[in-house]
Amino acid sequence: MADNELIWRIAGGSGDGIDSTSQNFAKALMRSGLNVFTHRHYPSRIRGGHTYVEIRASDEVVDSRGDGYNFLLALGDSFARNPKEDAYYGNEEVKPLSENLDDLREGGIIIYDSGLLDASEIPDFEERAEENNWHVFDLDLRSMAREHGREVMRNTAGVGVTAALLEMDLDEIENLMENAMPEKILEPNLTILHEAYDMMVEDYEFEHDLRIPTGEHDEEQVLISGSNGVAYGALDEGCRFIAGYPMTPWTDVFTIMSQHLPKFGGISEQVEDEIAAAALALGASHAGVKAMSGSSGGGFALMSEPLGLAEMSETPIVLVEAMRAGPSTGLPTKPEQGDLEHILYSSQGDSCRVVFAPGTPQEAYEQTRKAFEMAYNYQIPAIVVIDQKLSGENQNVPASAFDRDPNPSLGPTLTEEQLEDAPHDPTGKFQRFSHDDPNDDGVRPRSLPGQKGGRFLVTGNEHNESGHIEEDPDNRITQMDLRMKKLESIREDLDSDPETSSQTYFGPDEADYGIVTWGSSQGAVREAVERLNDQGHSVKAIGVSDLMPFAETEVTEFLESVDEALVVEMNATAQFRGLTQRELGQFGEKLTSLLKYDGNPFEPAEVVEGFEIQIAGNEEAPTANTRLEPAVSD
Amino acid sequence: MSAFNAIGEEREIDREEFTPGIEPQPTWCPGCGDFGVLKALKQALPEVGRTPEETLLCTGIGCSGKLNSYLDSYGFHTIHGRSLPVARAAKLANPGLEVIAAGGDGDGYGIGGNHFMHTARENHDMTYIVFNNEIFGLTKGQTSPTSPKGHKSKTQPSGSAKDPIRPLSLSLTSGASYIARTAAVNPNQAKEILKEAMEHDGFAHVDFLTQCPTWNKDAKQYVPYIDVQESEDYDFDINDRGEAQDMMYEAENVLKDGTVLTGRFYVDDERPSYQEEKQSLGEMPEEPLAERYFDDDYEWERSYDLLDRHK
Repeated sequence: MADNELIWRIAGGSGDGIDSTSQNFAKALMRSGLNVFTHRHYPSRIRGGHTYVEIRASDEVVDSRGDGYNFLLALGDSFARNPKEDAYYGNEEVKPLSENLDDLREGGIIIYDSGLLDASEIPDFEERAEENNWHVFDLDLRSMAREHGREVMRNTAGVGVTAALLEMDLDEIENLMENAMPEKILEPNLTILHEAYDMMVEDYEFEHDLRIPTGEHDEEQVLISGSNGVAYGALDEGCRFIAGYPMTPWTDVFTIMSQHLPKFGGISEQVEDEIAAAALALGASHAGVKAMSGSSGGGFALMSEPLGLAEMSETPIVLVEAMRAGPSTGLPTKPEQGDLEHILYSSQGDSCRVVFAPGTPQEAYEQTRKAFEMAYNYQIPAIVVIDQKLSGENQNVPASAFDRDPNPSLGPTLTEEQLEDAPHDPTGKFQRFSHDDPNDDGVRPRSLPGQKGGRFLVTGNEHNESGHIEEDPDNRITQMDLRMKKLESIREDLDSDPETSSQTYFGPDEADYGIVTWGSSQGAVREAVERLNDQGHSVKAIGVSDLMPFAETEVTEFLESVDEALVVEMNATAQFRGLTQRELGQFGEKLTSLLKYDGNPFEPAEVVEGFEIQIAGNEEAPTANTRLEPAVSD
Repeated sequence: MSAFNAIGEEREIDREEFTPGIEPQPTWCPGCGDFGVLKALKQALPEVGRTPEETLLCTGIGCSGKLNSYLDSYGFHTIHGRSLPVARAAKLANPGLEVIAAGGDGDGYGIGGNHFMHTARENHDMTYIVFNNEIFGLTKGQTSPTSPKGHKSKTQPSGSAKDPIRPLSLSLTSGASYIARTAAVNPNQAKEILKEAMEHDGFAHVDFLTQCPTWNKDAKQYVPYIDVQESEDYDFDINDRGEAQDMMYEAENVLKDGTVLTGRFYVDDERPSYQEEKQSLGEMPEEPLAERYFDDDYEWERSYDLLDRHK
């Protein structure tokens, strides 16, 4: 736990402007020189229901939510006032306050809007506040907002009060409001902001010792989500076609792309279903445009067909799989890492695809670029795996991380001049699936429809050199081997420069124990490793991103160098541990799993606790929300 | 210099250009109606003035799916029911291509029915040929969405309890701007209709009646056919939606009794194609997107330019 950190939670009802307020506040904190990380919790409904956003701000690096939090701004859910006591959602009026007490740290601050929330309805509120030494302020923010503007502006009042309590300058907040709000609503909001600030300073005495941390950035920062990272990576790789169907949380990537593509001269298509979406990406790519599609678990299931067609037809495409908890529609707005095997093996036949699982927004950018590069250079589908946590959580990243040259290369394609000398069959068809492998990497350059001398047929059936359906066993073996060879070549390509490895390492080079994780769980693990080492343990960690082809060398070296390892992932069946054992054929007896699948991402303390129990040899569940799965030999 | 010089090339095109050499020989059964589609297509394409290399033929799965194996153009043999989404994206990516999609009645009206509805709704500038033989052929004779009610097959041993799909009416309701029906037994009309369909600027749907001599012996072989434009018994305005709708309804009803009405049923030349709509909204570039990747002078926009909102 960082010693000097603010974790500010704003709670209210969905639709009450929690998101926009917190986004601005997070930016203000970032601009003041702090590192920030935002965590979003929301129910699967449009308006009302308990929702919160947490902003963690520290002078140290933060890339996960913290353990609990220390500042609650409870706003009251304006959609919760249900006239019927026994209505389906029940009486939710006090939820923004009552639901958030469990995680609030000792000595924390509570501001609640007494205009909408009545603390006396929570039976043990006062006792708990006393026991935990909470500093409670009941303020009628609603009336203040009504007096100077509209009720919904109680958000702004809450921010003004927060700033006063933390002795924070209002300049950055004002600047951001000026940029974000039209004149008409800006004026009342500014009035409310100052009114709230002044009221706090003038009317209240502060006894708490929580203050805003101070920090400084060496270079300009941007507040970016994993979805932004994926979308911007795609744009910089020259992706100019996207097709999709809305599904949470994939919709974030789809929306960002749809908003920018037309301005960038590209095309975005919202289509009838996910089968169509992936098939459209295939059609565009076949015709010579860098294309992507994507979905979340259930929608990705529909994409198995076109995904297999991309493998067989050797058509490059990039798909995004933004996981949420399953099976079926599962927990639509909650994260899980439960689709791993689905992503690796869905569709018929042997899997021939590239799969990357970035762990942070910056990695999402870099690995989406890599996914396009691999897809187009090797004419293979590539999948970028994110989840509800990574897709929606914002984090500061140096702006320079995005200052890279575009890469519009389509990979190995032939010009019309080159096609003149390329192999053709007696009917004049270009032998796009020639048995010759010019660079010994399994890739045969392609032509594009509309090119002279490039006619060929492409099919999801096994095919001969010109693309005609062919069931001859020798041809089958040759074509199959060439397709599978691409995976080996990609592995070599990815391994060729250790500087650009997608795997992320934390902790000392030499350590007795290891933690292995993948995707978005990386942030919590990174922090847990720091804490464990501070506490005198000898621990290092690896966040694995290359899932197919698997980061065999790197993971093997890591696991050989430690006595034991904890595999941290958000699912119930230890899917990544299974993959590791299967890919490496060893280490089964070294790997214990720490699993979480309650719909919430890991907190660093849960990883610390799980690790300590593993070392102590205690097989009891570390907390109610996580589970240890002991090691088994291969 | 363009990367796609075959597109828009103006020259006399020999009919033989679309005919591959000796391989592969069609695997269709003798007497199959699919031969008629292939023949009509080979005749129509040169007359439309399109070269093999600017033509992309996307097919689904089934006997019809093999069409592009026997037509010497660019071809994408996709998966069951999915020819339309692949085809329409290729057209958006490179509007210079002559894009044709083809599938069977199971493929097009069954598993791909959703794509049919939406492609018609969007009015993509392409031609869609559905080989309608009222049966699943390649999977050996099961009842299809166009099989008549009561049709018996191994999968519907007591006879189908379902009314058949009304492909023409469905197409009209969905928004297709050119709708016709022809038959393999009528090669001249078929060629003319395919030609019109390809020249039409919008989604042209051709319900192509193809007899299946192997699995649908009981079914009418679509003879004698009546050409609704030639016959004096039928007088309707193909540009009038209401009249077209009535005519289609009748054609679909009488087919059950063995009366085969063919011809053009609906033509809307006014409706802009999807591409035109997208371009007028500023959501699609005027120049073919695919060309951009070969333009060395094109300045590629970068995500860095978008960062202001995140600062």
